[in-house]
Amino acid sequence: MPLLSTRLNSPQLAVTVAERSPGYWQNVLHRLSRDKVAMAAAAVIVILLLLAVLGAWITPADPYKSSMLSRLKPIGTPNFPLGTDELGRDMLSRLMVGARLSLFMGITPVICAFFCGSIIGITAGYAGGAINSVIMRTIDVFYAFPSVLLAIALSGALGAGITNSLISLTVVFIPPIARIAESVTTQIRTRDFVEAARASGASAFTIVRVHVLGNVLGPIFVYATSLIAVAMILASGLSFLGLGVKPPEPEWGLMLNTLRTAIYTQPWVAALPGAMIFITSIAFNLLSDGLRSAMEIKQ
Amino acid sequence: MIEFLIRRVIYAMPIMLGVALVCFALVHLAPGDPLVSILPPDASQELQQKLRALYGFDRSYPEQFVSWIARALQGDLGVSIATSRPVLDEVLKAVGNTLRLAALATLIGFILGSLFGFVAGYFQNSWVDKLASLTAVLGVSVPHYWLGMVMVIVFSSQLMWLPASGAGPSGSDLWQWNWEHIQHMVLPALTMSVIPMGIISRTVRALVADILAQEFVMGLRAKGLTDLGILAHVVKNAAPTALAVMGLQLGYLLGGSILIETVFAWPGTGFLLNSAIFQRDLPLLQGTILVLAMFFVVLNMLVDMVQTLLDPRIARG
Repeated sequence: MPLLSTRLNSPQLAVTVAERSPGYWQNVLHRLSRDKVAMAAAAVIVILLLLAVLGAWITPADPYKSSMLSRLKPIGTPNFPLGTDELGRDMLSRLMVGARLSLFMGITPVICAFFCGSIIGITAGYAGGAINSVIMRTIDVFYAFPSVLLAIALSGALGAGITNSLISLTVVFIPPIARIAESVTTQIRTRDFVEAARASGASAFTIVRVHVLGNVLGPIFVYATSLIAVAMILASGLSFLGLGVKPPEPEWGLMLNTLRTAIYTQPWVAALPGAMIFITSIAFNLLSDGLRSAMEIKQ
Repeated sequence: MIEFLIRRVIYAMPIMLGVALVCFALVHLAPGDPLVSILPPDASQELQQKLRALYGFDRSYPEQFVSWIARALQGDLGVSIATSRPVLDEVLKAVGNTLRLAALATLIGFILGSLFGFVAGYFQNSWVDKLASLTAVLGVSVPHYWLGMVMVIVFSSQLMWLPASGAGPSGSDLWQWNWEHIQHMVLPALTMSVIPMGIISRTVRALVADILAQEFVMGLRAKGLTDLGILAHVVKNAAPTALAVMGLQLGYLLGGSILIETVFAWPGTGFLLNSAIFQRDLPLLQGTILVLAMFFVVLNMLVDMVQTLLDPRIARG
């Protein structure tokens, strides 16, 4: 084990080991911190999150201020390092501020689906029997739609807007999360330690809270992190179609949409927002892959 | 075996019913009057009632659902509110275009993906493996609608090699076997193939690594089988799963082509959905989604069946 050898070679860490044996999560973090690719991805994500939080205060120019005179300037124009968009707004500032809405639209549905899907899946897995069948067959129906189709159909029916996009994306991500939660819970339910807890008089709620959650949340969490990349692409895709964020808010998918008319005049400026989505999605995918191998979960 | 196939068909029935229910519910989820896009704002009460009765919106939901299903089973998906043409005609024409594009994209993705995945799994941790893993991550991470734009920028706007949009010259939306129609397919199909390529190469790599680690491979080696002979065994064992993933990817592309079709103005189901959404043409929206989702359910079922026929262990397990 490479893990053990580094512990032994480093006296400082050996002391920690003597004091207290490291827990599962400490091990995971340690392994993750040695994964260079995952750490690079994490660094990119931290930068993007910082942009999302601080973006509005550190932009070089006003991201909403349009100017008819400086429309569609190329990359490298003085005062506009990344050019300007079709209304003459500074691209660099808009891309920076755009991180906020784009990340929000990608991450929020995954968090909502993480909670809803876990509750549904754990309930189905723990209850078993008829309740399980009813819940899981309903989930199967939603699973029967390709995710992009379901997301677009729902937001198309509900109408454009941020809230409706978030709702439809959440609905899209609940079924896969519920399926994983259900299968892990079903496995855990028959294990000896759950039997023992039940025999000693623990209530169903206590068993779920203490025994089931501790074992189920890890795998679902890793799966949910891998969904963020998909959610980013889908959420921006909805805005790209005109179903998500509305102008003039800066959001990468919407910016890509409004700049589509400019691909013959300023092609590389028009492609910039998509590059941001691409980078974000790669970073989340790589971090999720690293987390998966650090937690030694096999797909 | 026969029993398994029958069970699989029976399993699909309630799912199909559920899918139909969701498609039906979509229209009633929509805020506002479904007739709002065709009714003039000053329409008389009487005219509103008449139109409502004509489209069946005046009856109760269960009644509407049953009659909708009954008509859908006979191939009648209603009439598009915007164009007054039968929804089924519009959908079938578009499905043909989308299917052609998705099938070509899946084929390209499957060939390149399994090639990459195979080499990566066979020479694990070599530079080929690392390159293949990188390609796979990029493939599943790329926003394909953006990739489509970049393709247009590079190959249409800068190099001027290929047409940027449409399915054929001068807005033709029906397939013909000629060079111009093939040219129009190249960019959207290549863009679309990136997703299945990434997923198939990941799957095949894991499969090959898994199979090579099994004892029977060591047995074959001990028996003195050449590398080529072992390769044949690996291919045979990996094929059912790889083909199943390919089938599912075709289904995802059929349903998920809307973004790419929008970028390339491809006259398929995605394009139809887009116009149905923005013209609030609810019967068309409902019908398109129903047809696409049913395609997906049936495809899933066929994939399971073919996989079982190729690998009888699944039915026994």
